[in-house]
Amino acid sequence: MQNEFIPLLLLMLVAAVICTAMVTLSWVLGPKKNTPYKASPYECGVQPAGNANERFPIKFYLVAILFVMFDIEVVFLWSWLTVFNSPLTGLDFKIFSFMEVLVYLSTWIVGYAYVVRVGAIDWDETTSLHPEKLGQTAQEAN
Amino acid sequence: MDWLIALRDGTGPLGQWGPIVLGVIRVLLFVVPILTLVPGLIWWERRLLSWMQDRIGPNRTGTITFPESFPLAGLRGKKVRTFGLLQPIADGVKLFFKEDATPAAVDRLVYFTAPAVALFPAFALGGTLPIASLRYPFEAAGSGIFAFFTPVANVDIGILYVLAISSLGVYGVVLAGYASNNKYSLMGGLRASAQLISYELAMAMSLACVVMASGSMKIPDIVAFQEGPLWGFVNGVQNWAIFTPYGLVAAVIFVICMIAETNRAPFDLPEAENELIAGYHTEYSSMKFAVFFMGEYAAMFVFSGVFAAVFLGGANLMPFRWEQLSSDFPAMAGLFRGLAYANYWLGPVAFLAKQAAGITFFIWLRATLPRLRYDQLMNLGWKSLLPMGVANFIVVGLWVVCTQMFGPAGGFASLLGAFVVLFVLYTNLVGAAKTSTPGIQKRGIKMVDPTPQGVTMVDPNKV
Repeated sequence: MQNEFIPLLLLMLVAAVICTAMVTLSWVLGPKKNTPYKASPYECGVQPAGNANERFPIKFYLVAILFVMFDIEVVFLWSWLTVFNSPLTGLDFKIFSFMEVLVYLSTWIVGYAYVVRVGAIDWDETTSLHPEKLGQTAQEAN
Repeated sequence: MDWLIALRDGTGPLGQWGPIVLGVIRVLLFVVPILTLVPGLIWWERRLLSWMQDRIGPNRTGTITFPESFPLAGLRGKKVRTFGLLQPIADGVKLFFKEDATPAAVDRLVYFTAPAVALFPAFALGGTLPIASLRYPFEAAGSGIFAFFTPVANVDIGILYVLAISSLGVYGVVLAGYASNNKYSLMGGLRASAQLISYELAMAMSLACVVMASGSMKIPDIVAFQEGPLWGFVNGVQNWAIFTPYGLVAAVIFVICMIAETNRAPFDLPEAENELIAGYHTEYSSMKFAVFFMGEYAAMFVFSGVFAAVFLGGANLMPFRWEQLSSDFPAMAGLFRGLAYANYWLGPVAFLAKQAAGITFFIWLRATLPRLRYDQLMNLGWKSLLPMGVANFIVVGLWVVCTQMFGPAGGFASLLGAFVVLFVLYTNLVGAAKTSTPGIQKRGIKMVDPTPQGVTMVDPNKV
């Protein structure tokens, strides 16, 4: 039972118990006098219009995809990070592996430059689209 | 001490359960302070905000007025004030007894789990965070009484665990937004999730810089690295990451990401009340609503602790190496030895003081800065912080390699060179961006001449 991770699991258990207790207690202790007005979604006091589970901008989805890609590239670095400057490695290893990581990071930079160039992280909706895709050319708009 | 060693090694009277009992003690020593200090933190935020805005703030709750017939003559008719410290506790008790109004159309299971999922990471986050020094002065690492009680688990993954658990916070927010069946909640949840994952990247890069320099992911090892000589050659001063050039850049990135990760002003877009009511917790009432707030405050508390440990030298009160000084200056060895022991025993207090300073900084920002616009927020995360983090990452590598090859002067020369290269690159890139078509023209919007002549010349039928 000498595992170092057991206290970590205990901490998670305690955290889960606290969280569950907080949510459950308020459900148990509070009064329950539900009315149709309370049961309707809040839309500034007027009658709610339609279902809320509707379409949302694709941008959020795109950001999530980009995050996964860039995060995985960083995850690969972590294994190297810990050994890079540890006392166990010599200068030769440091220089060699640092150059290798620069090569690896260059792929990261090319990917990043591409993502910026195509406007995938431009949050102004229209700048990421070409004017032609909006159904008109720039000259027509002028 | 002996019984603690026996307890840790499983050889004491409790046998194999010894390490688990010690683990429970560690967990309680970590969780109970959070639970008790979070109300104080809420009180401190309200009072400080009030003072900054020229108000008084909550100062009445908990005032006891003793009646004239009180048995103790000295207390009759007197008031005992607690400066309103009981206000958050009174709020909490009130919220527990409020109606838990659940809208009819919510996804009930997810709706009830979401607040718990949002609070969970705030408590679990600090599992690898040492709140005191793990080394007794003039002895080897792992000595001294604090080493038994902190961190909760001194595992090798250290910082990676902090990053992993802090990203779990996204789930609570996005689930709450999605399950509420409310358009404001949905938009708030989506915004929050996009914001959290964007700043996650830059945060990982900034922590990676310090890990790279110290050569270990264990937070105690990072603290020990910061107790070394400054820049490798100033013997009397500690090498706190914030004093090193790359560490300062990483610290700035980390602070910005930390504020964004905890959804605090000026990055509190998900709960921007003037456009999204309350964002993802619009439909939550009673304690479930407060649980989101508690999660935010507990996360502030623990993230300040991570910042203190990784960038501000952990549980050291002042950046001086007392042990080294006591051998360098034999005339004042007694004083420096005393200060070394004081530094050890005051470690938890110093750590708490650093956390309190971090939290005060959070509150100060909230009182000072206006909220960002959403595209500004995403641009800051993706186009400023992330490239800065990656550039800083390369600079740390250069610094380490050059310092080893050519000594400290080589390290500083490499920094200067990297700065010049980055500056030239930056000015060229910004220049290229300026000469290309501005975004507003690309969109086909014709700019109007802002002078009076220009405005009168515009044909209203054509605009």
